[in-house]
Amino acid sequence: MADEKPKEKPREMRAEVTVPYEMAVGSNWHRFFEGLKEEKILGTKCRKCNRIFVPPRSFCPRCFDDNEEWVEVGQEGRIETWCYSNLMFPGQTLKPPFVPVQVVLDGTDMGFQHRIAGFDLSDFEKVRALVKFGGRVRAVWNKEKKGTIFDIDYFELVT
Amino acid sequence: MGKAVAIIGTGQTKHGRRNDVSYPELVREAVKAALEDAGLTPKDIEGVVSGTMPSMMEGISDTHLYFADAICEVGKPVLKVETCGSTGQSIAHCGFYWVASGAADIVLVVGSEKMFEGDGQATMSTVADPWFLKPFSAGAPGVFTMQAMEWMHRFNIPEDKAREAAALISLTNHDNALNNPFAHIKITMTIEDAKNAFIITYPVRLLDVCPTSDGACAVIFASEEKAKKICKKPAWIKGVGFRGEEYFLGESNKSIWPSATEAAKHAYEQAGIKNPLKELDVAEVYNPFTYQEMIFYECFGFCPRGEGPDYVLKGTFTMKGELPCDPSGGVLCTNPIGASGLIRLAEAALQVTGKAGARQIDGAKLALSHAMGGIDQFNGVTIVGADL
Amino acid sequence: MTKEYETIINTITLPYRWALGPAWTRFFDGLKEEKIYGTRCRKCKKIFVPARSFCPDCFEDLDEWSDVSQEGTLRSWTLVKKSHYGQVRRPPYALGLIHLDGTDCDFIHFIGGIDLSDLKKVREKIKAGTRVKAVWNKEKNANIHDISYFKPLK
Repeated sequence: MADEKPKEKPREMRAEVTVPYEMAVGSNWHRFFEGLKEEKILGTKCRKCNRIFVPPRSFCPRCFDDNEEWVEVGQEGRIETWCYSNLMFPGQTLKPPFVPVQVVLDGTDMGFQHRIAGFDLSDFEKVRALVKFGGRVRAVWNKEKKGTIFDIDYFELVT
Repeated sequence: MGKAVAIIGTGQTKHGRRNDVSYPELVREAVKAALEDAGLTPKDIEGVVSGTMPSMMEGISDTHLYFADAICEVGKPVLKVETCGSTGQSIAHCGFYWVASGAADIVLVVGSEKMFEGDGQATMSTVADPWFLKPFSAGAPGVFTMQAMEWMHRFNIPEDKAREAAALISLTNHDNALNNPFAHIKITMTIEDAKNAFIITYPVRLLDVCPTSDGACAVIFASEEKAKKICKKPAWIKGVGFRGEEYFLGESNKSIWPSATEAAKHAYEQAGIKNPLKELDVAEVYNPFTYQEMIFYECFGFCPRGEGPDYVLKGTFTMKGELPCDPSGGVLCTNPIGASGLIRLAEAALQVTGKAGARQIDGAKLALSHAMGGIDQFNGVTIVGADL
Repeated sequence: MTKEYETIINTITLPYRWALGPAWTRFFDGLKEEKIYGTRCRKCKKIFVPARSFCPDCFEDLDEWSDVSQEGTLRSWTLVKKSHYGQVRRPPYALGLIHLDGTDCDFIHFIGGIDLSDLKKVREKIKAGTRVKAVWNKEKNANIHDISYFKPLK
């Protein structure tokens, strides 16, 4: 029997786990991203509750009906809510400071997640003075299109 | 609601950075404490419910397999439930329904997390889809801050007033945590510290935000017959409510948070509560962020919409207030996520059975516990009482 | 061939630091010294390898340590031929469930020291019931690979 006390304090084992995924975009979102390549923002409409969804949903989460009607929505909208991100988290795509925003695009019925940029974001007091609830914003397109959400580079403030 | 169900035992680990123990050892600490509290052995347990955050948190998939021995799973039926932050309430409801259905008399419910083993924010960024939400991810604070901003705007709450109230909530919780032997963050601080702390996502500052913790909590549910036989003073389940919302953040009005409002309403109906501020003696509100705590007060009917900050500044929710909230120090001071929602229930049960020690609210008979999860998406409420 | 549906490749990498706890820390320290430690339950008397801090059956704390035998009997085995993501060794390799002498549970490790390229030959060398012995790695890192593999005894 070996009954002496453990020699060392409990340790940790360090590791990095990488797991690959291949994720299906689905025909609905494929069409949305194809639209972005052509500088169009497409949504779908529920024929029951008449709400217009951007990004498009293939079905209405509330009515559970198929959404078959496609509409091109406005590239301008109003700021529903926003925040100022100041701290880098692992797994984050954008580097702080950046300004996530929920934009209700003209002709739609809900917030659409993107970012506000196009001016100096380094001082949050200045950002706070410029970014207002209900303020108007407009999509600014990336010259290079990849069929991703960043085909819209950012939303700029409409003054 | 089915048959009457009681909580006959609770157990918690000392929460914090627990690299002194492996994950199974950590979980067992809570299970052992709950069994001791109830005066039971593993043989008495008829079924086990386990809950955690996504597997990516600790990098071991389906961790309940890994700590099977620690949750007394051997030879028993076992269920795993995950709803992100609301997991703790989901598993509690699962244990409750199991006993309420009459299919089992004694069920063990265990929530746990070992957040220091992985990267909490990186894990949570995997909860969002890679196409639309993750690209703008700013960790959990990003989501909660956007909601707080929306709330302040819709109800015309001046940002300075909200900041003052948020700072008082931070102070209250941190002070309360000093009375809780299980709590993780134990610091003395001032209102000014909270108001001037480093900005994480404006207007949320460092002391408005919960920590990441290692910890586990276990709660034992029993049928009326068993509870009366085994336990001198059980905590009775008076009402449960849980609601979900749409996935996309912009689709529902987060300033009135339908899932939180409806979950509480459902639980109140079962418990026969009409005026929660007057009837409840104490509440353990899931408060990973100070601003969310105020939104919850409004959703739960503790105060009118838009008046959360006023009621906070009046001292309504402090230890000596009309409805003390989070005497444990809340999620703000202790957040092993998979356990956090169950800790709220365990703390509520301790309160109504008079076992809450230095954090006891005198004569507490009716308590609310709560948790929230997903991308502002799920809310669960459980109400416990001293009387059947 | 063009894909029928659009997909994206999404690779997730996350960092971890797993706490070993006192029992596994000591178990791995033992391997560094070419010792295999188990723990014994006072109640059911079972000896568990790798060492555990509590008994999965009795729920008792296990604090009685035992330097167990490095020889044992193969309970079951398999030859892994196909590669898959995240494998530590490249196939072919053999895995065995080993019942170390004097212990009360099986222990999983590699079976080696024999030619693994021909299944027929492998089947002649290893069977359930075959006696095996730990072969130590020269380089020790206080992890499970400090034992290189278990070698069938003649």
